[in-house]
Amino acid sequence: MSVLVYIESEEGKFKKASLEVASYAKGVAQMLGTTVTGVVFNAEDVSELGTYGVDKVLKINNSKLQDFNAEAYADALKQAVDKEVSKVVVVSQSANSKYLAPLLAVHLNAGYASNVVSLPESASSFVVKRTAFTNKAFSFTNITTDIKVVGVSKNAFGLKEAQGAATAEDFSPNLSEEDFSVNVTNVDKAKDKVTIADAEIVVSGGRGLKGPENWGMIEDLAETLGAATACSKPVSDMGWRPHSEHVGQTGKPVASNLYIAIGISGAIQHLAGINASKVKVVINNDPEAPFFKAADYGVVGDAFEIVPKLNEKLKEFKAKNA
Amino acid sequence: MKILVCISHVPDTTSKINFTDNNTKFDTNGVQFVINPNDEFGLTRAMWFKEKQGASVDVINVGGAETEPTLRKALAIGADNAIRVNTPATDGFQVAKQLANVAKEGGYDLIIAGRESIDYNGGMVPGMLAALLKANFVNTCIGLEVEGTQAKVVREIDGGKETVTAKLPLIIGAQKGLVEESDLRIPNMRGIMMARKKPLNVVEPVDVTVQTKIEKFEKPAPKGAVKLIDPDNLDELIQLLHTEAKVI
Ligand SMILES: Cc1cc2nc3c(=O)[nH]c(=O)nc-3n(C[C@H](O)[C@H](O)[C@H](O)COP(=O)(O)OP(=O)(O)OC[C@H]3O[C@@H](n4cnc5c(N)ncnc54)[C@H](O)[C@@H]3O)c2cc1C
Repeated sequence: MSVLVYIESEEGKFKKASLEVASYAKGVAQMLGTTVTGVVFNAEDVSELGTYGVDKVLKINNSKLQDFNAEAYADALKQAVDKEVSKVVVVSQSANSKYLAPLLAVHLNAGYASNVVSLPESASSFVVKRTAFTNKAFSFTNITTDIKVVGVSKNAFGLKEAQGAATAEDFSPNLSEEDFSVNVTNVDKAKDKVTIADAEIVVSGGRGLKGPENWGMIEDLAETLGAATACSKPVSDMGWRPHSEHVGQTGKPVASNLYIAIGISGAIQHLAGINASKVKVVINNDPEAPFFKAADYGVVGDAFEIVPKLNEKLKEFKAKNA
Repeated sequence: MKILVCISHVPDTTSKINFTDNNTKFDTNGVQFVINPNDEFGLTRAMWFKEKQGASVDVINVGGAETEPTLRKALAIGADNAIRVNTPATDGFQVAKQLANVAKEGGYDLIIAGRESIDYNGGMVPGMLAALLKANFVNTCIGLEVEGTQAKVVREIDGGKETVTAKLPLIIGAQKGLVEESDLRIPNMRGIMMARKKPLNVVEPVDVTVQTKIEKFEKPAPKGAVKLIDPDNLDELIQLLHTEAKVI
């Protein structure tokens, strides 16, 4: 009866979010007095997982599973749960995990809680804290089924190193034709760009930047910080930036360590999407902008002067602290 | 093509969130309810199919009588029929079960739900519904074309997008990008008048075993005041981010 964790990888490498869900799984396993089994798809070197609490790794090597496929991955995970007699399954909240988790939950007849930010309150009653109302509140949800699926929000639990080494075992689930009835024909992914989902730092611009031609300074600042770029809703609605960068209640949630908002007023719908970010910096020429109430640090002034200056100073700082 | 659009009845995005009954119930006092934004993108795409390719569009909600104005709004936008499953929505699985029960009789080619509702943000209903109906499912859908029984779907992934193909019947989790914001419709007088005459069927729920239960709510702790930094002293900001906040 181990805790099962779905470890996402990209080209054989594990994302930070995967190591974080492994850490979470370890936390649950300790509460239940059991071990952690990780499931990986097409990843060779799994030694890193032991460091984050995984005791055993089921390695699935199957060329048909090279592209993510929600139905097939959910089916494979279900069989891993059956094999390990797992009572708790932990997944991240990446786009792919959010896609497969509800399918998996139904196949397992399991209750599923998404956007979870803490370990269960006790091993006997599985009550987890989750964000609700797009980060405007938390709900404490009791998963009452025998098997439980938990989706853990990014950066909510953090990485916890453990002493240990993971043993590896090959695992070949039986996949059926129906598992492949949704087929990927094309993937269009920015290769060397930090994405909002993975970013530790997000630099975001609003309507205050006046036009798409002014985004150069946002991108420069993001590059210096190794950050992802983002924007407010009107900015993507006007086509200045792609929809995928729109942050907020109707866009993407951000759970980065640092969120820098430039020329964004801080409307309630925007703030809802960034509440889960740890530290917020706002740069705005209007001292009355509501964002100043939500921010940790603020600079009142013209973004067109401040942002390039800040970028230069950050470069100097980086050079000194490299 | 027969389309079903699942409509969640949610607090307007500007709503202040409060709780009553010892923090166990959402306080609806003074809250305006709307069609869930993700569902609205889906409904608009359904209207496009209806007008351009020929389709009938039903809308469905699981909820008490208080959700009917939201369904009427969907009718005013152009849906043909509305269905309300007469039970309060308690969790994603319960809603999916009720929807599946109605949908399996309906012979729908396409079922559109929102990626998530903006109240509980569960992101469960479309996937669970698909699994219960054993139908194909594509989440975070930002593009959809249907030709005969074949669908081509664009889905947003972390850091990009992906094109997939699947046969109908298909269930999608819709979101912003599926249609342009400017294409969203506001019901006009004629639509509102017509909606009054359109059928709104109330069906009784089936029994569902509870899987998750919200025990209480909590609001985030109030934040300390912002630290303002002189624009001529940006070094201070960098120092604070480095030593105090420890984020750079
Ligand atoms: C149903 C619905 C859903 C919504 N969902 C979202 C959502 O998910 N995300 C979202 O972001 N919004 C959302 N909104 C929109 C939201 O209400 C606001 O309209 C939006 O967030 C405002 O964007 P903004 O701050 O970029 O623009 P504005 O409100 O125009 O603010 C621009 C800011 O820039 C400042 N500024 C101007 N010039 C400068 C300068 N030179 N230097 C520094 N600062 C400057 C101004 O003082 C102002 O504060 C939603 C609205 C609705 C109705």
